[in-house]
Amino acid sequence: MRKKLSRRKFLIRGGLGTLGVLAVGTGIFRNPIRREIIDFTDSFVAPYLGSGTEANLWFEITKQNTIVLHSPKVEMGQGAFTGFAQIAADELDVNINQMEVIAAATASGVVDNLGTGGSLSIASMWTILRELAATTREMVKLEAAKKWNVAVKDIATKNGIVSYKNKSLTYAEVAANVTDWEIPTTPALKPFKDYTFIGKPLPRIDLNAKVYGEPIFGMDAEMEDMLHAVVVKPGHIGARFKYANYTEASQMPGVVKIVQIDNWLGVIAESYNEALAAKEEIEVEWDIPKIWSEEEIRALITVGNGNEMLVQKEGEALAKEDTFLALEFKSPLGAHAQIEPNGAVASYKKGKITVILSTQVIGITQKQIAKALDVDIDNVNVIPTYLGGGFGRRLNTYHAIHAVQMSKVVGKPVKYFFTRQEEFQNDMFRPPTHHIMKGKLNSEGLIANLEHHFASGNVATDSVLLPNITNKLLGADLGAIRGGSIHYSGIKNRRAVQWHTPLPFATSWWRSLGLLANTFAIESFVDELALQGNKNPIELRLAQIEENEEGIRLKNVIKKAQKESNYSDVVTNGSAMGFACSTDAGTPCAQVAEVSIVNNEIKVHTITCVMDCGIAVNPDQVKAQCEGAMIMAMSAAMHEKMYIEEGQLQPIIFGPYEMALIKHAPKEINIHLLQGIDKPGPVGEPPLGPIAAAIGNAVRRLTGKRITEMPLKLS
Amino acid sequence: MNLSFKINNKEVTVAIKDEYTPLLWVVRDVLNLKGTKFGCGKAACGACTLHVDGVAIRSCSYAVKFAEGKNITTVEGLGDIENPHPVQQAWTEEVVPQCGYCQPGFMMVTAALLKENDNPTDEDIDNTIINICRCGTYYRMRKAIHRAAELTRETKQ
Ligand code: FES
Ligand code: FES
Repeated sequence: MRKKLSRRKFLIRGGLGTLGVLAVGTGIFRNPIRREIIDFTDSFVAPYLGSGTEANLWFEITKQNTIVLHSPKVEMGQGAFTGFAQIAADELDVNINQMEVIAAATASGVVDNLGTGGSLSIASMWTILRELAATTREMVKLEAAKKWNVAVKDIATKNGIVSYKNKSLTYAEVAANVTDWEIPTTPALKPFKDYTFIGKPLPRIDLNAKVYGEPIFGMDAEMEDMLHAVVVKPGHIGARFKYANYTEASQMPGVVKIVQIDNWLGVIAESYNEALAAKEEIEVEWDIPKIWSEEEIRALITVGNGNEMLVQKEGEALAKEDTFLALEFKSPLGAHAQIEPNGAVASYKKGKITVILSTQVIGITQKQIAKALDVDIDNVNVIPTYLGGGFGRRLNTYHAIHAVQMSKVVGKPVKYFFTRQEEFQNDMFRPPTHHIMKGKLNSEGLIANLEHHFASGNVATDSVLLPNITNKLLGADLGAIRGGSIHYSGIKNRRAVQWHTPLPFATSWWRSLGLLANTFAIESFVDELALQGNKNPIELRLAQIEENEEGIRLKNVIKKAQKESNYSDVVTNGSAMGFACSTDAGTPCAQVAEVSIVNNEIKVHTITCVMDCGIAVNPDQVKAQCEGAMIMAMSAAMHEKMYIEEGQLQPIIFGPYEMALIKHAPKEINIHLLQGIDKPGPVGEPPLGPIAAAIGNAVRRLTGKRITEMPLKLS
Repeated sequence: MNLSFKINNKEVTVAIKDEYTPLLWVVRDVLNLKGTKFGCGKAACGACTLHVDGVAIRSCSYAVKFAEGKNITTVEGLGDIENPHPVQQAWTEEVVPQCGYCQPGFMMVTAALLKENDNPTDEDIDNTIINICRCGTYYRMRKAIHRAAELTRETKQ
């Protein structure tokens, strides 16, 4: 079946730094295939349908014969754009240098309503992107065939050129004269061995932009005649706005207007610095119903408190009268601390809204703005930029609404972004956790029972991505349980029980969700059981994993890590090795940390990391993700901690919020990738799992003491 | 008031209302050079690092009035694709950036370090490079710093 589609001549896009740039596309291909849309709907909440008649846009052929992919996923450092370019180039038959990737704006592109996250950018686009690229290539061939009056099958494509015998045309030349595109049925995909770019460690396609300081981020966006705004928000948990005196502040130089909306004040001025100076002069009285303490928050997050949910149930539970080993673990409240603050540049003009920002949820940002401002969704254009870090923080973009509201009040575009204090006090934190591990060995020293009882605040509950009903139906917090189940299928009796309590401030998605803390508890405890049973911790683990597909993949990463690290559980020259592993989102990962104590501090020298993520579209970027994920996890596990002091979230600045610096990063990281499945699997989060336990397990051998609390400290 | 200084080898004069405005905002919003980043505004992250007379400065906490008559370099003036600074060359070879937001600050502080010391030890690096990268690119960064030092020494020969 073939469909006729008419072609739009131009694609109007707002560029960064300027508005209303007219990008000339000689041809714009629309998402042609029903089935893809259906597939798409399976994995995404709903496909974007524009004004209801305009179809989705994916590829654009430029006059220069480059192909622009308008990506429904954003680039936040994970390398997705590079992977997409490799995937598309191979089926389009263009050179990688001919590929450009930009994030699709809602007005003119495909909107992915689920957002970018969950380590799924490459994995979820793997098939659909290849099929769309292949279809696009066939469309170009069809047109060339008509032009030359030859059979499509006789036409060859390479480097963005179609050829037949001695005739040849660039894709751009073919597209230039087409008014109606014929859409073929989805062509067969190439066999893997024919791919030129997929699987190669190519440099990132955004490398130059990032090395030469191009203005690609949300923070760099501007609109003509734009004003600058800062916002006054409560510092105390649960505080409500009572009274503000801003008469003097309103008179300060550069101040255009101070507005009071809901529970915040907006200070809008000609420059950022003037807005900030005026903010300092505002006196606000807050209604603070309760001064929360650290102890009260910790008490809420305690096993036995809140909503109980049995997450895993195999075999028998331990009975009270059994003798078993039990240990308690804890992790603190954590901040995202992405370096680019949250913010948005917004324009509200006669009911039409344009917003440029760093967001992980383009479609949700658009919907929320439309709802809050009570305008039709088609009148809201969200233009996503490169993100200066995501880590789950930009799944929540309420600040975009604030920016639009302020623009509406002053009738001019407004740029609003968080101060660092706002960033720390209004983060949607990684919740604190509490864990009780229970385990029992049999007479051979193998684990007969293993139980993980854990408490957490909200991760997925009440989030923008999951309707609340999902959680009500399931009873558990789907985010907090990540990594919470026991991954040793060979242990006969295993249990995972979640206790869930919302906190009086927002907690939400933080890269890898529950995995970081849950794996720390489980893998530290398994190590303790190995010591108790006098077993090599790796051999014990291998003995307790069944030989099913998942088990084999996990065993393979464990064995490879054992071999590559020359693992030994004997302390040599003051240095010890610690091992841990986890399977997250279907990706097994094993890590060995080589640790010593230097100046009474834990020093991690070398990490060996083995991961089976299936096909690595770009092995170098997969490795970069492993390095970055492990260093971020080390930072969270060894340094970071938010706390509550007199009702306020603290600290409010880097430094006091301790984070890993270059001196803390291991000088040697060895990464080995296995390919146990024949498609790309999740990458960006799984490596965050094992590292905390791996370090703790090494320290246990060095000091004889088990560290049970993050941040990991010697005493 | 008017302030004059040199930025990326160009003389500029800017009209300033408040001489205590951080240099960062003059560079970003008046001169429209967006490569220098805002991360904290409190000299705590290093994202805003640029050079004033060759010295690495956290420009979010440096009043513009002190820039009068000085020579400022931002990442845009460090080098370009045709003529990369050794630091940019090394950063490209090692494919350092992930999100990229912190990278200009790191490259600027590294460039200043190499001016003083073209063969820094790991300890020198640990003591001097104290910016924050949330994406955790430190492992590649260390390799890139050593590589940039090597390139710097080569150009001197
Ligand atoms: S923005 Fe200047 S040090 Fe953070
Ligand atoms: S590359 Fe993202 S913060 Fe450094």
